Amino acid sequence: MKKMPRLLVWLLPMASGLLFVALWYGIRLASGLQSWILPTPLEIIQAAWHERGPLLAGVGHTALGAAGGFLLAASVGFATALLLGMSRALRSSLYPWLLVLQMTPVIVLTPIISLWAGPGMPGIITITWLISYFPIVANLTQGLLSTDRNHVALFRMYNASRFQELRRLRVPAAMPYYLAGLRIAATLAPIGAIFGEYMVGNSSGGTGGLGYLVYSYNTQIKIPALFATALTSCLLGFVFVAAVAWLNWAVLHKWHDSFERYDH
Amino acid sequence: MPWLPPIVEFTALSKRYGDGPVVLEDLNLAVAPGEFVSLIGPSGCGKSTVLKLVSGLSPWTKGELTVAGTKPRLARDRQAFIFQDATLLPWLTAQLNVELPLQLRGLPPGECAAKARQMLALVGLESVREYYPRQLSGGMKMRVSIARALTLAPQLLLLDEPFGALDEMTRNRLNEELLALRATSPFTALFVTHSVAEAVFLSNRIVVMAAHPGRLQAEVKVDFPYPRQPELRGGAEFQAKVNEVSRLLHEVDERRTDA
Repeated sequence: MKKMPRLLVWLLPMASGLLFVALWYGIRLASGLQSWILPTPLEIIQAAWHERGPLLAGVGHTALGAAGGFLLAASVGFATALLLGMSRALRSSLYPWLLVLQMTPVIVLTPIISLWAGPGMPGIITITWLISYFPIVANLTQGLLSTDRNHVALFRMYNASRFQELRRLRVPAAMPYYLAGLRIAATLAPIGAIFGEYMVGNSSGGTGGLGYLVYSYNTQIKIPALFATALTSCLLGFVFVAAVAWLNWAVLHKWHDSFERYDH
Repeated sequence: MPWLPPIVEFTALSKRYGDGPVVLEDLNLAVAPGEFVSLIGPSGCGKSTVLKLVSGLSPWTKGELTVAGTKPRLARDRQAFIFQDATLLPWLTAQLNVELPLQLRGLPPGECAAKARQMLALVGLESVREYYPRQLSGGMKMRVSIARALTLAPQLLLLDEPFGALDEMTRNRLNEELLALRATSPFTALFVTHSVAEAVFLSNRIVVMAAHPGRLQAEVKVDFPYPRQPELRGGAEFQAKVNEVSRLLHEVDERRTDA
C-alpha cells in the first residue's frame, strides 16, 4: 500500500471531526431542539468542566474495576487456554461449557453475581472478567493449536518434554493470538466495568464510578453531563486499547511479521 | 574403507497410511557410517517419508528399520533433521536458535552460548548472531539451521530438500560449505533432493526412486574423491554422471506416465 503523507494522516481525521461537529451544530440550530435533548459540543465540554470532580473520581474508580477485571481475565484466560490446548479430552469436556457461559447474557447473571461476590468492586470486577474472558481463551487456544508442524517435529526430534514443547514452542508461537485476544478484551473491559457499576455498584464509599454517574445524571436529567460521561468513558477505552497496543509492540516488534517495515 | 555396521538399515520395509495407497514398498538399503547418500525421484515417490521413518517421526507398516543398530526413536540423539525451510523459531535470535538443542538437552547456559557461538562462526555468521530470522536472507537462515543441526555433533544428518527454495548460486555455495563442514563435524548424510547436479556434487551414492508405490529403482555410485572443489562441476566426468542420473530419472518418470 502506498504510504500517506504524514500531514494527511493527522489532517484527515481532524477535518472529518470538524465536519461532524459542524453538522451537529447545524442539526441543533435547524431543529430547534433544546439543550437537555441535544446539547451542543460546547455545552458538553462546559458540563464536563463543571462536573470535573465527580467525573475524575468516577473514571478512577472505573479504571480500577476495568483493570482488575481485565487482569483477572488475562491470567485466568491464559491458564484456561493452556488447559484446553494441552489435551483434546479436556478441550472436548470444557469448551462447550465455556460457550454456554459466554452465551448467557451477563445481565441475567448480575443479581446472582451481586449475591455471591457482593455489590461494589468485587461484583464489578467479576462482571468485567466475565465479559472480557472468552475472547482471550478462544484466541489463545487457537494459537496453541496452530503451532507450525515442522517446529513440533523439530522439538520431537530433540526429545523435548511436553512441558518444554509448551513453554519454549507453543506458548511463544501463540503470543500474537494471545495479544489479539487481549486487544478485544481491552475494548470490552471498560464497558464491562461501567455496566457492572450501573448494575451492582454502590456509592457508599463516596464514589461509584462512571456507571453510577450515568445512573445519577439520568435521574437528575443532566443530559449534557451524560454526554460528558460518555466522552470520558470513550477516553478511558482509548487508554486501555493504547496500553495493549504498547504491550503488543513490546512483545512482537522485534520478530513478528506484523511489524515488518516495507521500503516500497 | 573397512566394513562398519550400517548406521541406517532398511530391510523389506513398507509403509502405508491406514487403508490408503502404499507409500513405500519393499525398501532395502544400508547406509554405512561416513557415506553421503542422496535420494532422488519424482514427486510422490516417498523420499521425504523415508526421512520421517528414519527420524522416528512416523511409523512403518512392514519390515525392519534400524538406526545405529536400534529403533529410530531411540537413536534420536544421534541424528539431526534439516527441513525444507529453515524452521528457525522467529522469536529467537540466530544465536538462541542454535542454542535451542543444547538447552533442550539441559546443558549449562554458558556452555550452550559458547558452543552456539562456535557453530555460527563455523558457518560464517558470527556477525549476525543477534539478528532475528526475519532479518536474515534465505541462505543465511539455512546456514543457521545447519549450525543448529550440527551443535549436538550428530552421527547422522537427515536433510529434506534443504536448498530447494534457494537460488542456484546460493545453493552451490551451501553445497560446498556442507561438504566442508564434514571435515570438522563428520556426519553421515541422507539427503533428499530434486536436483541431479546437487546430488552428484554432494554424494558418494545416489539412490533413484520410483513412485506409486515408492520404491528404490536404481543406484549410482559417485567416485569423485572428497574434498570436492567447485571446479568439479565444470568437468566432463561430472557432466557424464549428471546425464546418467538424469536418464535413470527420466526412465522412472516415463514408466509412470505409461502406467
